[in-house]
Amino acid sequence: MSDLIKFKIDGKDCMAEAGKYIVDAAADNGIYIPTLCNMKGVQPKGACRICSVRINGRLMTSCTTPVTDGMEIESDSAEIQDLRKSIIELLFVSGNHFCPACEKSGSCELQALAYRYQMMVPRFPYEFPLKRVDASSPRIIKDQNRCIFCKRCIKTIKDEKGRSYFVFRNRGHKLEVVLDETMGKTMDEATAKLAMENCPVGSILVKERGFEIPIGKRKFDKEPIGSDIKL
Amino acid sequence: MSKPVIATTSLAGCFGCHMSLLDIDERILTLIELVEFNKSPIDDIKTFTKPVDIGLIEGGCCNSENVEVLKSFRKNCKILVSLGECAIMGGLPALRNGIPIEECLHEAYIGGPTVQLNKDGIMPNDDELPMLLDKVYPCHEIVKIDYFLPGCPPRADLIWDALVALVTGDPMKLPYEVVKFD
Repeated sequence: MSDLIKFKIDGKDCMAEAGKYIVDAAADNGIYIPTLCNMKGVQPKGACRICSVRINGRLMTSCTTPVTDGMEIESDSAEIQDLRKSIIELLFVSGNHFCPACEKSGSCELQALAYRYQMMVPRFPYEFPLKRVDASSPRIIKDQNRCIFCKRCIKTIKDEKGRSYFVFRNRGHKLEVVLDETMGKTMDEATAKLAMENCPVGSILVKERGFEIPIGKRKFDKEPIGSDIKL
Repeated sequence: MSKPVIATTSLAGCFGCHMSLLDIDERILTLIELVEFNKSPIDDIKTFTKPVDIGLIEGGCCNSENVEVLKSFRKNCKILVSLGECAIMGGLPALRNGIPIEECLHEAYIGGPTVQLNKDGIMPNDDELPMLLDKVYPCHEIVKIDYFLPGCPPRADLIWDALVALVTGDPMKLPYEVVKFD
C-alpha cells in the first residue's frame, strides 16, 4: 500500500498507484474520462485528444500523462466537456459518417461518444471529402470514409512475426490507413474479426457478413459509453 | 387562444420521418387536440394559408425546388426543426457528394447496369424539372434551423416529446434511448 498516492479529480479525493496514467487511475476511482484512440494493453499515443483534462491550467491528454502525488485534475467542467464535444463534431464533419448505412452503428465508439455528449448537429460545416472504399482484400473492407486515424489497427493487428497488417500511406490531407496488400491476402478470419472489433468506427469491416446484431442488442443501444466505469 | 400551427415537408427524404411522426400511435388524437396542421403532406394542404408556429423539415436539399420550399418554410414558420439525418447532414442522398453530377446522371440514366430502355441515351432535360444541386446540402447550411432531432428516423417518442415541449414551453427530456443516429 506504500506506493499509493493521493490526487484530486474535480475536487474529489482519489487514490492510485504512482505512475498510472490518469485515465486508468480515474477509472479505478469510478470516474470516466472518455477515450477514443486509447486501448487497454496498448502503448497510449494521445492522438485523438478526447481524453483532455486540465492540470495546472494546461490541457493534457490523460491517456499519456501519469498521475502524480497531489495532482489536481479538472475533467467534468463545462468548458472541457464542450472541448471534447467539439472534437467529436470535427471528426463527424471531416469524414463521411453516414450512421444509418453503417454496419458498426450502435457499436461505434465515435457515435457512442456523440450520444453521450448529446451531439444533435455538428457546429462545423460538413466537408464531404471524396474517399475510397478498398474491398480488394479477400477478408476485409477498408472504408476510408469512416477512418479517424486512431492507429488502433496499426498497433494491435499484427502477424506472428510482429509485422503490422495496417500501414499509413501518403501524408497530410492525403493520409490513409491501408491494409498491406501482400499481408492482406493471407489474413485469417480470426484476425479480420479482431481488426473489425478493435476499430472504434466502421472503417474495418469483415466481408460476407453484416448487421448480425439486431437493433436494441448492440453495444451502446441501452447504456452510454463509459457506463461500465463505476465504483 | 388559438391552437399552435404546424407545417411539415419532405425534401430529399424518404418520408420515413413522417412515418415516424405517425408512429406516435393513439397520441395522434391528442396531437390533433393540441395543434392545427397547415401546409403538410399529412392533410394535403399545398400552400401556406396562415402564419405557422412550428415547421418540421424532413430531408436535405438536393435540388432547386428543395431550396425554394425550405426558404418558404423559413419565411412562414416561427420555429424550424430539422427532422432526421437527411435534414441534419444530407443522409443517404448525400452519398453522391464528392462525385461529379455528370457522373451520377450518367450512371443513373445511361451507363448503369440496370439501364436498358434508354437507347438514345437521354438525360432528363425538361425545363419543368428542378435543377440538381452540385451536392446535397444539410438544411442548416441553407437557412437558419432552430432545433435538430437526429435519427433515421427520429424515434416517435423523440418527435412527440419535442412537439410537446415546443407547444407547452416546458423543458425537454432527452432519455438516452431516444436520441440515436440510426
